[in-house]
Amino acid sequence: MIRLYIPGDAAALAVGASDVARAMTSEAVRRGVDIAITRTGSRGMVWLEPLVEVETPGGRIAYGPVDAHDVASLFDAGFLAGDDHPLRIGRPEDHPWLRDQTRITFARCGIVDPASLSDYRARGGFAGLAKARAIGPEAIIAAVTASGLRGRGGAGFPAGIKWKTVAAAAGAPKYVVCNADEGDSGTFADRMILEGDPFALIEGMAIAGFATGANTGFVYARSEYPHAIRAFGRALDVVRADGALGAFDIKLRIGAGAYVCGEETALLESLEGKRGQVRAKPPLPAHKGLFGQPTVVNNVLTLATAPWILAHGAEAYANLGVGRSRGTQPIQLAGNVRFPGLYETPFGLTLGELVMGVGGGTASGRPVRAVQCGGPLGAYFPPALFDTVYDYEAFAARDGLIGHGGIVVFDDTVDMAVQARFAFDFCALESCGKCTPCRIGSVRGAETLDKVIAGIEVEANLALVEDLCHTLKFGSLCALGSFTPYPVMSALTHFPEDFRRLAAGSETRVS
Amino acid sequence: MSYLGSVETPQPWSPEGVQAIVAAHQSLEGPLIPILHALQNIYGCVPREAVSIVAHALNLSRAEVHGVVTFYHDFRDRPAGDRVVKICRAEACQAKGGEAAARVLLSVLGLPHDTAWGGTTTDGVVTVEPVYCLGLCAVAPAALIDGEPFGRFDGMRLCEAVGS
Repeated sequence: MIRLYIPGDAAALAVGASDVARAMTSEAVRRGVDIAITRTGSRGMVWLEPLVEVETPGGRIAYGPVDAHDVASLFDAGFLAGDDHPLRIGRPEDHPWLRDQTRITFARCGIVDPASLSDYRARGGFAGLAKARAIGPEAIIAAVTASGLRGRGGAGFPAGIKWKTVAAAAGAPKYVVCNADEGDSGTFADRMILEGDPFALIEGMAIAGFATGANTGFVYARSEYPHAIRAFGRALDVVRADGALGAFDIKLRIGAGAYVCGEETALLESLEGKRGQVRAKPPLPAHKGLFGQPTVVNNVLTLATAPWILAHGAEAYANLGVGRSRGTQPIQLAGNVRFPGLYETPFGLTLGELVMGVGGGTASGRPVRAVQCGGPLGAYFPPALFDTVYDYEAFAARDGLIGHGGIVVFDDTVDMAVQARFAFDFCALESCGKCTPCRIGSVRGAETLDKVIAGIEVEANLALVEDLCHTLKFGSLCALGSFTPYPVMSALTHFPEDFRRLAAGSETRVS
Repeated sequence: MSYLGSVETPQPWSPEGVQAIVAAHQSLEGPLIPILHALQNIYGCVPREAVSIVAHALNLSRAEVHGVVTFYHDFRDRPAGDRVVKICRAEACQAKGGEAAARVLLSVLGLPHDTAWGGTTTDGVVTVEPVYCLGLCAVAPAALIDGEPFGRFDGMRLCEAVGS
């Protein structure tokens, strides 16, 4: 029997991975060959999806991107023995794109069967939880703090300090809430973990629960991720039947299409069954969170990284990275980029190395004009800023943000005035309505940019937009309103010509 | 417990049916949104008449339940078409020509693609809805067609996949 590995990751399914799996099965039957197919997560080399791997005595050999029509020729070429074919990639771990990464959070993703606890254990699973139980809550929190792990949802708050606050807070019960409401365009790392290595998240939540005194965890996943929800639900069933978590239990809840619920207090409101409106802070969720109880709210990646830190020691993690950005960041390259996918690497590469080196420039072959980093609330950077080092502080110093690690590439056909207007539109569409700058300012911003785009009193209206952005930035309750100025102002600052296409003519006439 | 809207034929609603769905979820912590998802799974929408039944059972005002139903983009007040196409309109898909591809499909279906965007065809067969990120950004542009992911398309391939 020959084993094949074909991703069941949603991105692979979107380009026909299940058609390929079916074609492999029927071709094998037709030829009387005994094969077995394991559906894995994705390795993250998404431009090669569907990526098919064959188990050979020399290790797994990969072929991709495989179309169902390629299956017969792969059999003819002897791919079941790892033989040559135009689609042959070789050993995935020898591929430069994977070889040059430092896979910590994503060490198992794309390799293991995400529903198999024996696979998980065979590759180091539950070593972190065992260590955690051996050293106790105080030492766990000390290790997470010493590792320098910061919240990977985007805010970058030190995870250890948050855990310590909850551990010290009076009140029972306490909760661990996993924010799996990954709404930023250009990001998919949470989804890949939910689908490709869900036990890592489950283990991380159990560690957080043990460290803080919480017996219940909630995972709040977005409804736009039906496959991730199914995969994670399956993993929860498996782990419950196994009993590996002891008294700790995790409940899966599904969002209902509201970007703002990725903000932690809106998420808590939604979990409680209310409109996803942002709460004013303080009180912090660590003191009064879900149902008014002390609550850890962490992103999927933050929690899924904790087991590695416990198992390998805080120092091993803290030794990676630069400045105050320690460890690795799973970076997601998307949009008009030649090699899109998930690239986990220590903080410290430059934006240019990521976009041009790792990403290979645009998919269209045209020049890169702008890259949006950190989702829809992140700044647009021009190639002139490609020397920016990928770390939280370096991006903040250039009026940008890393956010959840997404990088979306645009070529020179992009109209930045349209992108700026979209940022206001998106804010208006997704505003929870609680604070005035976000609710009203977003609508006024879109209207004012419409005037700019139409060439009406361009300079006066741009001044108004700038003033409005100032109000949004300092007057909004949460990041939706206060960060919408990032894409708008960065577009205005770095691409001023796109806002003055009609202006030159009309203003000449006036004077 | 099922979580997500399916494309199976919606059942007609009944007060007893709504009460049974409420009862099945009432013991959950924060039951309202799971109840609304369950109602939509079975009836294809959250029937207007169900709001007062849910409110009464959870000891909430009708306004509170109505407020929640209308806050979230997912909940519908009438069933969608037989086929539901959710097309991503966010930045990564914009960068890969998603808008142009969507316009082709919407034109073929006779649906608006300007300030108004998408909707259900007059024969009730296809519903096209905008969505802001499906996490399929590395195979952009991307869509969910009857819940199944679909990526790397242009207008023609999208139309073929939808069967239009």
